[in-house]
Amino acid sequence: MEEFINIGKRIPKTDAEEKVTGRAVYIHDLKVPGMLFGKILYSPHAHAKILNIDTSRAERLLGVKAILTGYNIPSIKFGFYKDNVPLKAGKVRSCRDEVAAVAATDPDIAEEALDLIRVDYEILPSVFDPEEAMKEGAPLVHDEHVGGKEKRPTNVLNLPWRLIAGDVDEARRQSAYVAEDRFRVTWVTHCCMGTSGCLAQFDLKNNLTIYSITQIPSLAQRDFTEALSAMGLQGKKVRVIKTMIGGGFGSKLDTYAFEYIAILLAHKTHKPVKIVFSREEEFFATSPRQPAIIDIAQGCTRDGRLTFRDVRMILDNGAYTSWGATTPSVMMMPISSLYKVPNVRYVAKCVYTNNTYSQAMRGYGNPQATFAIDSQIDILAEMAGIDPLDFRLRNANTPGEITPQNFKIITCGLRECIDAVAQKLDWRQNRGRRDGRGVGMASLIHVGGGARVYKSDGCGTIIKIDDFGTVNVFTGATDMGQGADTVIAQIVAEELGVRTEDVVVIHTDTDVCPWDVGAHASRTTFVAGNSALGAAKKVKQLLLEVAGQTLGESPENLDIRDRTVFSKRDPEKKSPLGKVLRAAHYTTGGRMVMAEYFYDPANENLDREFKGNLSVTYSYGTHGVEVEVDKETGQVKILKYVAAHDVGKAINPMLLEGQVYGGVAMGIGYALTERLISQNGKVMNPNFLDYKMLTAKDVPNVDPIVIETNDPFGPFGAKGIGEPGLVPTAPAIANAIYDALGVRIKDLPITPEKVLAALKQKTKPQ
Amino acid sequence: MKKSISFVLNGEPVRAEIEPHLTLLHLLRDELELTGTKEGCGMGECGACTVLLDGRPVNSCILPAMEVDGKNVTTIEGLIDAQGNLHPIQKAFIEHGAIQCGFCTPGMVLSAKALLDENPKPTEEEIRNAIAGNLCRCTGYLQIVQAIKAASNQ
Ligand code: FES
Ligand code: FES
Repeated sequence: MEEFINIGKRIPKTDAEEKVTGRAVYIHDLKVPGMLFGKILYSPHAHAKILNIDTSRAERLLGVKAILTGYNIPSIKFGFYKDNVPLKAGKVRSCRDEVAAVAATDPDIAEEALDLIRVDYEILPSVFDPEEAMKEGAPLVHDEHVGGKEKRPTNVLNLPWRLIAGDVDEARRQSAYVAEDRFRVTWVTHCCMGTSGCLAQFDLKNNLTIYSITQIPSLAQRDFTEALSAMGLQGKKVRVIKTMIGGGFGSKLDTYAFEYIAILLAHKTHKPVKIVFSREEEFFATSPRQPAIIDIAQGCTRDGRLTFRDVRMILDNGAYTSWGATTPSVMMMPISSLYKVPNVRYVAKCVYTNNTYSQAMRGYGNPQATFAIDSQIDILAEMAGIDPLDFRLRNANTPGEITPQNFKIITCGLRECIDAVAQKLDWRQNRGRRDGRGVGMASLIHVGGGARVYKSDGCGTIIKIDDFGTVNVFTGATDMGQGADTVIAQIVAEELGVRTEDVVVIHTDTDVCPWDVGAHASRTTFVAGNSALGAAKKVKQLLLEVAGQTLGESPENLDIRDRTVFSKRDPEKKSPLGKVLRAAHYTTGGRMVMAEYFYDPANENLDREFKGNLSVTYSYGTHGVEVEVDKETGQVKILKYVAAHDVGKAINPMLLEGQVYGGVAMGIGYALTERLISQNGKVMNPNFLDYKMLTAKDVPNVDPIVIETNDPFGPFGAKGIGEPGLVPTAPAIANAIYDALGVRIKDLPITPEKVLAALKQKTKPQ
Repeated sequence: MKKSISFVLNGEPVRAEIEPHLTLLHLLRDELELTGTKEGCGMGECGACTVLLDGRPVNSCILPAMEVDGKNVTTIEGLIDAQGNLHPIQKAFIEHGAIQCGFCTPGMVLSAKALLDENPKPTEEEIRNAIAGNLCRCTGYLQIVQAIKAASNQ
């Protein structure tokens, strides 16, 4: 076993001290001289024509510096489909539509100005149910949007998600058992504790600096550069500087109206403009997880081998299209590749409605799909008369497998995960009691080696070392609390024979940091980690060359340990790192000791059939839960929670556990308590009293089990773990509830009312 | 009409002229530039703005600043000692991975301090109760509970 100094160690997050002392600067804390405050006026209607906007009274208010509407701004289009604009003109399509914006010297004045703006609307018929929206004659959310072969006006997006492998119909005919169900999942939202915001500022040459909390600095830079072009500022520069981020979870994978509004206001006023969301805005004006209607059928042979999986989905896109509309590309992953299933069909439609538009959220479609798949695995196992544990083991993925979507499974610890969970839950003992207590499990597959969603899945790193042996790592990666800064420091430190604390990771400024495609798809440890490792290897080579000259030793015979270069042949020959660096700098014809590396994993874009090896490697996991359900109240209590994950290698077990604990808490919320209640397109519970996130009193203790499969392609063997922690939570709980009471809830969240209703249904005399 | 208040803030006497409706949170963040206290909701529902008022945790976002007149206020900035050493609770948070995005952290640490000052050896349930008003989206709370336990030398 290799002895590591930094890898596998419980090293605290590098910015923890700054945060625990209150010194960390979040967007809310940022102040620049002359700064104005921006506020946004939203539509109160889900679908309406804008007849007139009168801003004259607001303009006269002392302290108001600019008012913008959709009628006095240049045409900036944004979003995955470019169907959204910063401020709406003509009509509004949802209750979060931005109609006007104010910049003022004080937030209260800006707020007051919003009250003075008068907008006249003519209300239009609206549609909130995606199935209704698909029907002929439904109100059109985007009048100009056409689809189908006939190019007719429609609410159905032109994103025909369709994956077919094998022959599902034939497999169905051959199956001994077939289960068929409809599952539903609804909106939940990220609840980042730090609300959204940004600060936009132009210099005298009209170059933009935007302080941001984005998860995609390089792509945001591109979006904002396009916006500048639309504003007539072609060729101007954009610098994105990230402040500390108060939580991400996918919410910051797109650029949003408020950012463009801040840019427009800053340009108009020639002053820095900051916009920070209130908690209420955070609830209704940011994009939640997609709701979906999921029709699923799965079959198996008499001895419990999966024969086919057939899934049809309708996703509520909301009124505009973010990157979130591509979640079906990730839903395909568990549908095609969770457990061995030879024949697969998946068809999904994204449908415009007058609801809030959805976005990426941790798991990116995977939790929705896995809820349906792994709930139904239990249903199917019961039909076949097989213990769901054995059923899962029988169908578990294995290394070397190529799945129907052409994923190449390199390392796979799924069996080990299932076994570990069964053991911890005392499965054989505790299953099938039906006495109000029950156990359940569910598994997951997720991309663990990047995901080629864009043309590139790359990340750049630059490393330089100073005269004193401090290693500066400039990475494209983004840390939003998950620990990218620390994991990258550990990887570089290990390779360079120094300590994690010798490494300073700089990840906040597009003027300094190299390109990266963003913090999504649990890709940072794998991709940014491999990039950092590549750069570290190069810089190490340089170090050894320089040291070789001063020590009179050939570089192959040298290595670095404890911040010292030494000869492997003659340990007496050694030189501290700082000295080597000084020798490089202070010699005639001296040199810099720095290196850059761009790592773009050897994964594939999905082809026209949505097949291809999306990720270099895949992460697996199984969650198991024991619940107790109160038959009188319908309350579900979690008695035991086990989360086993194949992570390749735990670079930092403490941060890893943090990802799992946090994921599980979010997953339990998804399963049992969280729900953004939307009535006629309006969010009815935009506050923490009515939106039930778990508190410290609600979370169970979680037993995290780490399965290390040492992936040959991962940095020191690691795979991604950011998202998996919440993927199988809801089905595991639903399965445990079934085991406890014999009722199956197919609709999230599983509230006490639903449990009681199901119990009542069950005991009703037939 | 501005009113004058005096109170002790992190061990130092302070005097401030304030509008009567000003909240303690805004007095701290906007006027005194102590931005370690966070605003997560502004409605008394998340605990990010927790400070100690005469040793008791309060949500500063819904507390009129007038009410601290003559009292003792501790914010996260006041937890470091004169030599710059972190409070044991802060150290425990760092060492136990209780901090991810860190937005909930200042409020969480102060709720923990109020608990341990009053009850130096709390049970796990008492710890969970004490921080039940502090929401955290990142950590799932478990490492926070562990950190508080560790800080109480258990
Ligand atoms: S900001 Fe005060 S409780 Fe949320
Ligand atoms: S660490 Fe992010 S909210 Fe607690």
